[in-house]
Amino acid sequence: MSRVLPYPLLTAGLILMWLLLNSFSLGHLLLGTIIAVAASRVMAALEPSKPRLRRWQLIPRLTAVVTLDILRSNIAVASVILNPRRCDRVSGFVAIPLELRDKTGLAVLACIVTSTPGTAWIEYDSDSNILLIHVLDLVSEEEWIALIKNRYETLLMEIFE
Amino acid sequence: MTHVEALPTWAALATAVLVLIGAALTLIGAIGTLRFGTFFERVHAPTLGTSWGTGSIALASIIFFSVLESRPVVHEVLIGVFITVTTPVTLMLLARAALYRERAEGSTRVPPHSVVRRARHLGAGEESGNDAP
Repeated sequence: MSRVLPYPLLTAGLILMWLLLNSFSLGHLLLGTIIAVAASRVMAALEPSKPRLRRWQLIPRLTAVVTLDILRSNIAVASVILNPRRCDRVSGFVAIPLELRDKTGLAVLACIVTSTPGTAWIEYDSDSNILLIHVLDLVSEEEWIALIKNRYETLLMEIFE
Repeated sequence: MTHVEALPTWAALATAVLVLIGAALTLIGAIGTLRFGTFFERVHAPTLGTSWGTGSIALASIIFFSVLESRPVVHEVLIGVFITVTTPVTLMLLARAALYRERAEGSTRVPPHSVVRRARHLGAGEESGNDAP
């Protein structure tokens, strides 16, 4: 199994992408499968670290939480841009001590933080595991630390660690 | 695009509203890029276009072509996935370059590098043993 399909998730993802780009048919399923198996065996030569999905059933919940949060902060940032007279707004940096160590989990966290308007991933130190983010509308630092840690980090740690 | 009149009203309405929302968010993001004063504030504005700006237009496209062709057309999802996965790479590159420049100039507007390294200074001897609090 691991010899023929070293990265089953990658293979499945590539087949899915092939079928999405072309319309579904038996021929495309076969062709996509051949290409996906070949590509993931090429990928094995690079020896990337293998992500472990411990509790994948939490992924839909994380997706829903993130989608709603992104929608909410879209509205928040749009209102900040459209009201330039609001001079009480302060932007600033927040340093967040993380507990998440898994590389894939950190990559997903980077995608979440970046796709959310109003927060930007600035710097991360893998030795101290401290993340520096920039927040556009900074009211309280503790609130942001608690938000990132409780809302995303806990879920990510349950999924990946 | 030939049989637009064959589109039912609800689908036409949903498509129009979603395209308008997506376009408006992207425009607001562009205005924000122009209006904000500093680099670190400016990086937040285009995110409107890369998150729900893209998402909304892709969703409109999915509805439009799925209804028109009477079969699910969902390859637009890939656009959203690739934008979400690739934006952090550019953003981190830009942010770290800006941070490096500000620190090299001795600016006080950005936190010093010791902010992310402070745990090492405080707990240099905690490397061995378990990390449980």
